[in-house]
Amino acid sequence: MSDTPTATLNVTSWSPGEDVIEVQRPPAAGAGRGAWRTFVETARGLKTTFGRIAEGPNTIQYPEEKVPVYPRFRGRHKLHRFEDSGLEKCVGCSLCAAACPADCIRVVAAENTPEDRVSAGERYAAVYEINLSRCIFCGYCEVACPFDAITMGHDYELSDYDRSDLIFTKEMLLAEPLERTPLRNEGE
Amino acid sequence: MTPLALVGYYEEWWVQILKAIVIFAVALQLVPVVLMAERKIMGRMQGRYGPNRVGPYGALQPLADILKLLTKEQFRPKTSVGFLFAAAPLISILTAVAAFSIIPFGDVQHIGGERVGLYGVDVSIGPLFLFAFGAIAFYGIMLGGWSSGSKYSFLGAMRGAAQLISYEVSQGLALVGVIMTAQTLSLTGIVEAQKGMWYFIPQLGGFLIFLTASFAETNRAPFDLTEADAELVGGYNTEYGGGRFASYYFAEYLNVLVVSGIVTTVFFGGWLLPFGIHPPGFLDPIVVLFKMSLVTFLFIWVRATLPRLRYDQLMSFGWKVLLPLATLNTLVTAILVVVTH
Repeated sequence: MSDTPTATLNVTSWSPGEDVIEVQRPPAAGAGRGAWRTFVETARGLKTTFGRIAEGPNTIQYPEEKVPVYPRFRGRHKLHRFEDSGLEKCVGCSLCAAACPADCIRVVAAENTPEDRVSAGERYAAVYEINLSRCIFCGYCEVACPFDAITMGHDYELSDYDRSDLIFTKEMLLAEPLERTPLRNEGE
Repeated sequence: MTPLALVGYYEEWWVQILKAIVIFAVALQLVPVVLMAERKIMGRMQGRYGPNRVGPYGALQPLADILKLLTKEQFRPKTSVGFLFAAAPLISILTAVAAFSIIPFGDVQHIGGERVGLYGVDVSIGPLFLFAFGAIAFYGIMLGGWSSGSKYSFLGAMRGAAQLISYEVSQGLALVGVIMTAQTLSLTGIVEAQKGMWYFIPQLGGFLIFLTASFAETNRAPFDLTEADAELVGGYNTEYGGGRFASYYFAEYLNVLVVSGIVTTVFFGGWLLPFGIHPPGFLDPIVVLFKMSLVTFLFIWVRATLPRLRYDQLMSFGWKVLLPLATLNTLVTAILVVVTH
């Protein structure tokens, strides 16, 4: 408050150095000015908090309202099929599993046969599992995939009561995702 | 036996019991309202909604809180002193309710052939009564913290004790100016004396000092050092839970209401309205409650604005700034009263 000694403190003679352009000094302490400053600053603070009422809350009421995500938001993964033939894009090359830093992707490949053709390539992923309780959503799998078979979706509501329910199988990843996340454009 | 204090006007015994029940019921209903208002207003001031999930607009949130607290298990630390640990919240609540009884909500009215004063009791020692119970309220905090057998509670209680003692002096001195101007200690008398001009204009200094000291007396921000959560966990009520914690909480908010009532009565003309408006007598309590709500809003507003003081700042402010100012205010008022009379 107002009881800081001013006479013994000679701050003006101290040089902050060559590279400092401007030094912000505290206002000089003194009984009258200090009290006045306290009063004015308190009033300014009260004005600020009162003004916030008029501005209205910034809260987004989460379960009802959602923050829209950007197109490049990395949410839950999706596996893709070719739109024309319906064949899976994934050829079971395991490059995504190799790229994964969290080691959460498991791919077991199998040969395509003329009777049972699953993917467009020679082989297909018989087992494709992503352990989403370990996934760090870095998107390296998406980058590593040579066929754009796996991409990151927009879904981020992934909580569950059981860890084992978070191991997503190929069927779950291939299924049309519930579009429950609003989207916004870049720059919005 | 000499009476301890003279009473301005008193009714039949059954009217008094009825009045006590009504006042306690009103106070009991006001506390959740204040609780809710505080959380809502502070929410708005901080850019959020505040509680809005329980009931319409979250209006049932206090009920949910109280139900939750009351259904919790009663427990106490092994090191605590059982009797005092249980008694301390009761002391807090008792003193808060007792102080509430002297707040005048209106003049003497004729209700059903009886003359009834719209207040608990009109004692001739109003402010003294208030400070007497304020001094006992400090035992509630002190005993609660000390008997918990926990160092955080103890530190919180010690801080509370020092703070209450320091600011009670300034609070009392700030009221002395009003008492001298009104020439009476009765709170209804003080209201009557404000018919010409509300005392917050001639006693502006006293009003500001009283308000500041009241923030400290009710342990509210920016003087809420008794429960400085950053350094003391929860202060004197750290070890309390369930119903006992609810009692402390209730007493705290009731104290805010009491101080609002006192400020309304002493500085804002109680049930009087400006510009010569004389509403019918049954509207008096509404006028008082409206003014009280404005003062309570100020309490909430300040809590949302000012940061907590450091302990040494609190002490030096109380003793080096507030007390000299209060003394000066008293002296100047005394001189003016002597000169003008």
